[in-house]
Amino acid sequence: MNAAKPERSQVAHQVMWNRMISIVEEQAQALVRTAFSTSVREAGDLSAGVYDASGRMLAQAVTGTPGHVNAMADAVGHFIRRIGRDTMEEGDVYLTNDPWEGTGHLHDITVVSPSFHEGRLIGFFACTAHVTDVGGRGFGVDANSVYEEGLYIPIMRFATRGEVDRTLLAIVRGNVREPDQLVGDLYALATCNEIGHRRLIEMMREFGLADLAGISDFILTNSRRATLERIAALPPGSAEGHMRIDGYSTPIDLRVKVTIEADRILSDWSGTSGPDPKGINVPLVYTKAYSCYALKCAIAPEIPNNAASLEPFEITAPENTIVNARHPAPVALRHVIGHMVPDTVYDALDRLLPDLVPAEGAGSLCNFQVSLRPRTDAAAPDGARRAEVLTFNSGGSGARPTLDGMNATAFPSGVMTMPVEATEQVGPVLIWRKELRPDSGGAGRQRGGLGQFMDVGAREGHEFDISAMLDRVDHPARGRRGGQSGAPTIIARDDGVPMRGKGRQFVPHGRIVRMAFPGGAGYGDPAARDRAAIARDLALGYISADYARAQHGLEDQEIAEILAGRERG
Amino acid sequence: MPPPPIRLGVDIGGTFTDVVLEHPGGRASTKVLTTYAAPEDAIIEGLHRVCAEAGVAAGAISQIIHGTTLATNALIERRGARTALITTQGFRDVIEMRTESRFEQYDLNLTLPEPLLPRNRRYTVAERMDAQGGVLIPLDRGAVEALVDELARAGYESVAVGLLHSYVNDAHERLIAEVLAERMPDAMVSISSEVSPQMREYERFNTTIANAYIKPLMKSYLGRLRARLAAEGAGCPVFLMHSGGGIMSLESAAEFPVRLVESGPAGGAIFAADIAARHGLDRVLSFDMGGTTAKICLIRGGMPKTARVFEVARTYRFKKGSGMPISIPVIDMVEIGAGGGSLAHVDSMGQIRVGPESAGSEPGPACYGRGGDRPAVTDADLVLGKLDPGNFAGGSIPLDPDASRAALDAAIGDRLGMDATEAAWGLAEVVDENMANAARVHAVENGEDLSDYTMIAFGGAAPLHAARLCEKLGIDRCLVPEGAGVGSAIGFLRAPFSFEANRSVFMRMSEFDAGFVRTLFAEMESEATAFVRSCDAAVEIRSDHKVYMRYSGQGWEIPVALTPEQAAAPDAATFLDLFEADYTTLFGRPVAGMEVEIVVWSVNAHTDAAIAERLGEVAPAGDAASGGRRDLFDPASGTRTQAAIVARRDMAPGRAAQGPAVVTEAETTVIVPRSREVFAHSDGTLDVRTKETAR
Repeated sequence: MNAAKPERSQVAHQVMWNRMISIVEEQAQALVRTAFSTSVREAGDLSAGVYDASGRMLAQAVTGTPGHVNAMADAVGHFIRRIGRDTMEEGDVYLTNDPWEGTGHLHDITVVSPSFHEGRLIGFFACTAHVTDVGGRGFGVDANSVYEEGLYIPIMRFATRGEVDRTLLAIVRGNVREPDQLVGDLYALATCNEIGHRRLIEMMREFGLADLAGISDFILTNSRRATLERIAALPPGSAEGHMRIDGYSTPIDLRVKVTIEADRILSDWSGTSGPDPKGINVPLVYTKAYSCYALKCAIAPEIPNNAASLEPFEITAPENTIVNARHPAPVALRHVIGHMVPDTVYDALDRLLPDLVPAEGAGSLCNFQVSLRPRTDAAAPDGARRAEVLTFNSGGSGARPTLDGMNATAFPSGVMTMPVEATEQVGPVLIWRKELRPDSGGAGRQRGGLGQFMDVGAREGHEFDISAMLDRVDHPARGRRGGQSGAPTIIARDDGVPMRGKGRQFVPHGRIVRMAFPGGAGYGDPAARDRAAIARDLALGYISADYARAQHGLEDQEIAEILAGRERG
Repeated sequence: MPPPPIRLGVDIGGTFTDVVLEHPGGRASTKVLTTYAAPEDAIIEGLHRVCAEAGVAAGAISQIIHGTTLATNALIERRGARTALITTQGFRDVIEMRTESRFEQYDLNLTLPEPLLPRNRRYTVAERMDAQGGVLIPLDRGAVEALVDELARAGYESVAVGLLHSYVNDAHERLIAEVLAERMPDAMVSISSEVSPQMREYERFNTTIANAYIKPLMKSYLGRLRARLAAEGAGCPVFLMHSGGGIMSLESAAEFPVRLVESGPAGGAIFAADIAARHGLDRVLSFDMGGTTAKICLIRGGMPKTARVFEVARTYRFKKGSGMPISIPVIDMVEIGAGGGSLAHVDSMGQIRVGPESAGSEPGPACYGRGGDRPAVTDADLVLGKLDPGNFAGGSIPLDPDASRAALDAAIGDRLGMDATEAAWGLAEVVDENMANAARVHAVENGEDLSDYTMIAFGGAAPLHAARLCEKLGIDRCLVPEGAGVGSAIGFLRAPFSFEANRSVFMRMSEFDAGFVRTLFAEMESEATAFVRSCDAAVEIRSDHKVYMRYSGQGWEIPVALTPEQAAAPDAATFLDLFEADYTTLFGRPVAGMEVEIVVWSVNAHTDAAIAERLGEVAPAGDAASGGRRDLFDPASGTRTQAAIVARRDMAPGRAAQGPAVVTEAETTVIVPRSREVFAHSDGTLDVRTKETAR
């Protein structure tokens, strides 16, 4: 390659920015391909990013986890501070699962690798993945402090000059339920950073770069300018948003004040409920991520995430609120509250920028983990075994100003569900039903997305504990501008025994847990809904005759005609 | 020796139907506009033309090989039959719930694609298998009969059957098929354990429904085609190109039409593989760039890379996840929205963006002067001197460089403070970078390093961009073959008969059962061989065996190829060694101490591909005559150069030209940048290579 030109052309910078986004996507793809936990490989619960030498994030892969957005942007700074820049060497790999310096709970492992080019530290790669188990009480709400939630790995070395720390591996192996899987994931995380690094160095050689300073300035300057232009175009003002949700011990009030200024947007979470005694508390970094994600979707969706494009979104919360929980609060299920952050922000934003944001949706993912074991009430058959099975599922999303909500589709999280056939290969679990839940979408001019039914049991000879992570049992998604609420969450045993939305609960041999995940809320007056859309909903069975009659005032004869058409296919 | 057979290759594309006739006297080819209402009309027209040109009677043709986008288009345009699904109770909405995720994270107004069948055409029956194929809920024949009668009353033409875990036990699906055959004899039936016996219900059900949905249409078309050809005197056997890069019988195609999806591009990959073999190349990147998209494929040892699942009908900017998954054996290609017509704009960050929106042929790029006022890739190519305004498409479309400059200024230059040339440079660099990125990601996913690859470029726009792509990818050589305009149809004539059988059967290596493996392979081999046998009763058939392996707990398996000996005498230690070696190639290091398992088994039965003759070396014959010079922009250095203009007809075997140069022909222009030279091989293929590589 030719010697570096002093003034690099704008065209070269455009090409390099493109390339760096491609590099982090490749890094993320490598992680999906090599990871062991289903949460990573099937559901895509991971992130990957590249940073300059001072730890500023330059590009981040677009993955299923907005919750990692700011967390990833901040994480490398913590690593530089804790490890010490001067002690870093080629081949080093560092890691942590610190909820406050990583991404919010012990189940997320963040791995950072320094990148060296011609002997100089020129940047970093970081990645994060949600692993299935880190020991402790297991993934669930039940811990009273973070100490009970599993193994804690402070920011430390995983490998020094390429040599993996055997002591660390031994400690990890001794403290978790699925040691092979976790250790496999640690290697996968390290590998994915290495792939990113190799590709970055190739790019630097091609363009004759000695460091990332020039391209870093180009990316950050353009991103900052574009973001500030977007904000400057908005009407300044301030509004408050509020949402009440189930929580665990008591209902939780989420309150946020969003203020649009000329060159920044503030989100202040003052007035939000205090921490809960159980594991649904949220470290501030996670609140920041989802607040920021909500605002970016509404205001600057196509500007990629990096240090500069995130900067104008300032998020604060008083200490000792549930959205800024301090160590050692239990935080395992911080996502259940965190996923409700965007809808709360939108409640405020809707007052400032009408007809832009959706009505409330299911919000948090409808996840549960099943711990199966041979039955204990009678002799278990040969071959009965233990297994941990985690599944990710979604309720309905909120109706939009001009579009219905999406059926059984995650928002704000973007992770994928696991195929039932793959889940049933993991352990002796049986998913008896997984299908749309008619009538669960809130009525409106635009209808909320449908939730889903899911029935879960175990193979003959097994009993299990189910760790439920469900909200919206008592607080369904609320409609906007006359739209109706979505249907609430329901969970009970098939023999009628009621169950709680959150917590580990025993299910005896032969019983099935029946769940109905919540629907999204409607937008606008149901009376204003297009007749053809109502007829289609009825013909497809998204709504029942009763719903059509009660919510939209359809006459019996009209209903009969539509249903007759359905019979004919 | 019998006389060489006379064979006809036919590729129905979106715009043109390409017809190629190979006969003892050489090759005749033609392009006819595709006739959507009756696609066979264009074929007959093309048949007449090439037979007349070659002086061959239709009756003398011994074989017709056909590939088509009709199946793909029917899926994209939703022009399929009235189709019903029968599935397991509790799982009615699998194809609608998809992965429950959004393929674009930041769009609040995202719309998910509609499922192929609406909810009221999806029916359920009480039944259930477990993951090992054990029956949890038996299927009641009476209930099936009642349901089938209901479907008959509703007048469905085609029925798909997809039950949970049927890839491991197909008994319930077969029972339903039996009842359907009895009580709805006129309906066509597709069952998932036959169409795509692989784990993961969303992919399997969707593939089965897609098959059912296009089956009546394709079956009727193929029947009409055979009759029309026979009426024209071409009563020879007709075979179909399938998505896996082989040929199958017309009967198999009518039964499994979903295997015809992407058969045209597969022909292009086979075309490139054949050129690779002639030139003795082991590692090839095929690059096919047309008006709206570019396709990239890796070819190793003469075989295009294959995959088991791909996505068709993407609805959102070619974005992964916005289409529908089809799990069948397929040539693994990356398709991106980058072609000559792709339009450019500047986004809010001041970044130039190109595609996937395309100007199409109407209004076309700004330089066509048909009302297009936004800059397309072709406009940038014109301003950079890659195209001759007076000689585009053989002079049939005069190009207007001023219109290109005006469009580039308005959309890019004015925003970014660039002149039209710099804007064109930026546009071309971005589109080339997009294609290079796609090629790199694809290579990494396959554990390949592109620097020891050779590119083979075809399609109208590819020769304009191939050399720059090579510079970006560190590739030294690029071949531009003759006949590139009808490459897919030529590829059909080079393809072997083949059929790949896949099975999902779990086996942990600690529980490896050699006897079971032998039986399984034997069953699959006889299934796959029977399909090939239906094409030719006498030919020798070979089988390639593959197992897809992973560490227990991983979700992505990697293909491990077995030699015939390894497949005939399966042995756990050998399988493990092969897996670890392949895993290390892909991901850098093996994972110590982990259990390994086999997830999918594959047997591909095929005949030998037409053996490509290695070309003789041709002695250098000095530089070709140049017809003057013109301005050509060199993107690598960002400067203008004076390029020699050479007509392709003057590039006789052995002739060369030094870059910067442009080699012109009626269909396209081959760009030779300053870093390269071009050399003509004995078959007319142009070899664009770095000056260091050239002797």
